[in-house]
Amino acid sequence: MSTFLQKFFYGGIHPDDRKVSKESAIQEAPLFPTYTVPLSMHIGAPAKPVVKPGETVLKGQLLAEAGGFVSAPIHSPTSGKVGPIASCVGPMGNLIPCFTITSDGNDTAAEPMPALDPKESSPADLKKRVGDAGIVGMGGASFPTLVKLSPNKPVDTLILNGVECEPGLTADHRLMLEDPETILAGATACATILGVKNVYVGIEANKPDAIAKMQSLASKYGVQVCELRVRYPQGAEKQLIYAVTGRKVPTGGLPMDVGCVVSNVGSCAAIGEAVLQGKPLYERVTTVTGRPVVNPSNWRLRVGTTYGQAIALAGGVSEDPAKIISGGPMMGFTVYSLDVPIMKNTSGILLLGPEELHQFEYHPCIRCGRCNDHCPMQLMPATLGTTAENARYDLAEAWNATDCIECGCCSYVCPSHRPLVQFIRRAKADIMTRRRAAAAAAKAAAAPKPEPKPEAPKPADAPKPEAK
Amino acid sequence: MTPVIVLTVIGILLALAIGLVLKFFGAEVDPKVEQIGALMPGANCGGCGFAGCNDYVNAMVEGRAKPGLCPSMNKSTLAKVSEILGVVAEEKEPRMAVVCCSGDDNHAHRSAFYNGVTDCTTANAVAGGGKACPYGCLGMGTCARACPFGAIEITSAGIAKVHREICVGCGKCVAVCPRHIIKLVPKKVDVHVFCNSPEPFKFKKGVCTGACIGCRKCVRASKPGQMNITGFLASVNYDDAPDASVVDACPAKCLRLTDAPNPVPVHASAPSLAPTTGKPAPAIEPATK
Repeated sequence: MSTFLQKFFYGGIHPDDRKVSKESAIQEAPLFPTYTVPLSMHIGAPAKPVVKPGETVLKGQLLAEAGGFVSAPIHSPTSGKVGPIASCVGPMGNLIPCFTITSDGNDTAAEPMPALDPKESSPADLKKRVGDAGIVGMGGASFPTLVKLSPNKPVDTLILNGVECEPGLTADHRLMLEDPETILAGATACATILGVKNVYVGIEANKPDAIAKMQSLASKYGVQVCELRVRYPQGAEKQLIYAVTGRKVPTGGLPMDVGCVVSNVGSCAAIGEAVLQGKPLYERVTTVTGRPVVNPSNWRLRVGTTYGQAIALAGGVSEDPAKIISGGPMMGFTVYSLDVPIMKNTSGILLLGPEELHQFEYHPCIRCGRCNDHCPMQLMPATLGTTAENARYDLAEAWNATDCIECGCCSYVCPSHRPLVQFIRRAKADIMTRRRAAAAAAKAAAAPKPEPKPEAPKPADAPKPEAK
Repeated sequence: MTPVIVLTVIGILLALAIGLVLKFFGAEVDPKVEQIGALMPGANCGGCGFAGCNDYVNAMVEGRAKPGLCPSMNKSTLAKVSEILGVVAEEKEPRMAVVCCSGDDNHAHRSAFYNGVTDCTTANAVAGGGKACPYGCLGMGTCARACPFGAIEITSAGIAKVHREICVGCGKCVAVCPRHIIKLVPKKVDVHVFCNSPEPFKFKKGVCTGACIGCRKCVRASKPGQMNITGFLASVNYDDAPDASVVDACPAKCLRLTDAPNPVPVHASAPSLAPTTGKPAPAIEPATK
């Protein structure tokens, strides 16, 4: 076992991990009669539909192509008929456009893309495959992987994120145990694309079986397994880079600024499948867990399965849940409908029982400084919270609110139960809106305007789509 | 006694010094600025398009702006300002803000129990703040706090209401509403569509009993062009507004006069709706502490 000493990032917390489903093997979900497939399952432009309502599609067939550089295509989870584009409730509570696929019951697969070799194929081919298969970051952020694999700065290190520091979630853990070869094949493909030699797999020490499994294959694939001390939020990109390589991503920077690319093991498994089997991304491993769930377990669910169906697969609930969370308890989003579909980034569905869910009134900051001690980004959440509470977003910007990774450590430790992350999120939204407006204004001012066209619309006045 | 004398002498000397400095080095201020400044409302609402009252006064005196842009200035004050400036004022049509939503707690469905920060913009980012309709008023008073004139009230039924007699139409609330449901309309028009959801009829009826159902009865009851329908949402043509009698045609009662109360539904046809007590009805009960 590789025991070279990893650095330990500042701050963080250690909540009870409650990984009750870690012994449950990944199960295949049965075929459901309908699937609700959202058009926007990634950060960036929504995908553009290429099939018409009423058309018959096969499993894995392209439904919508990437709508821009930062975008990803979408593939059908089963064979059947495409319904009209409707809207469904997304995990963020907003209505998002979606396809409804009515299954024909045969689950006929489309012709897979030709298999590639993760080591020998050309980087361009592999990169195109990652884009064509619609791979996005499956740890939660759903950032298109193709963009991540196209850095415009020199990169020398690829880090696989098998940390899974969120309490309750075990999807990545099970994947590392059951399908490590696919993960490492995907990692090899990423390494070929990026042309890097150093590939690390970061795993927390609370998953010794996964570490042993990865270790046994490490020499075959030329990766180094790093056992990391258990601390939330170790799985955050910047914290993981620091823990593994000791490099610090500068304020406002990206991992590529320090020569790193971080990819979740789930995404690597999807890349592995896309490269070896030519299979696009239309299903993922999701943990269904929580005290009210009868059988907390891990499932290979197709995109478009609803939360209700997923919970029913896990045996339903033994008591009325008080809260349903998409993702983990620290950074997940509370959903209010069971009709929310599983998306490419749904790593878990967590249910909380009534006695687990504490509701507090929040009180003024007592300036105890606990949040400062625990903030892994070394910000001052108390100051950010009060500035945002008083709508002084300019001050929040001066205190680097935009560096907040919204991990929730500050809210977790706050003795006044202040919703600090919510305050900071509000400030960040305001800062980003202002920056975008300033950038648009600067662009409009810098644009050459010698053409004497009276009808030329000014970019600043063009109606902008409502940003959510 | 000595300290009193010493302090008095110092005071007199300093006063003389200030007076002399002002006389010889003082910056000249156009007397018009002071005269007009005294007439301005001083709310710094920004409705004129300038950074505040003082900025606007300077702009007027320097000839960069015309009088009459201030939304809260009445006719006689405007006449005085024009007289000081020596120009003829162009009167701005008085406008007011209208919250285009009927979804108070008597009508709109709650999708979840929200107990976070009481601010619409913040709440809107968390699963829509617990309101089932993604276009409805959240009633957490972000607009009311932004209003420099105190013209917006959050009613006991949990919805924002603009008071016509106080509102000057500066548009500050329009800018802060995260759901973009506040509109600036000419004050003389009395008929408004109190719904802003373009979603299909089926969806709207599932989340709110006060929604516009797109039945076109108002279009037929008014002259052509006075009422328009886009998708499932009616809108008033504010350049050629229908007269007040058109509201009787609306079966959903979302086409109302500015000050008309939103009628409480008498027959509880939909059991999933909030009770008519004005309290929010959480779909998921809050857990006990």
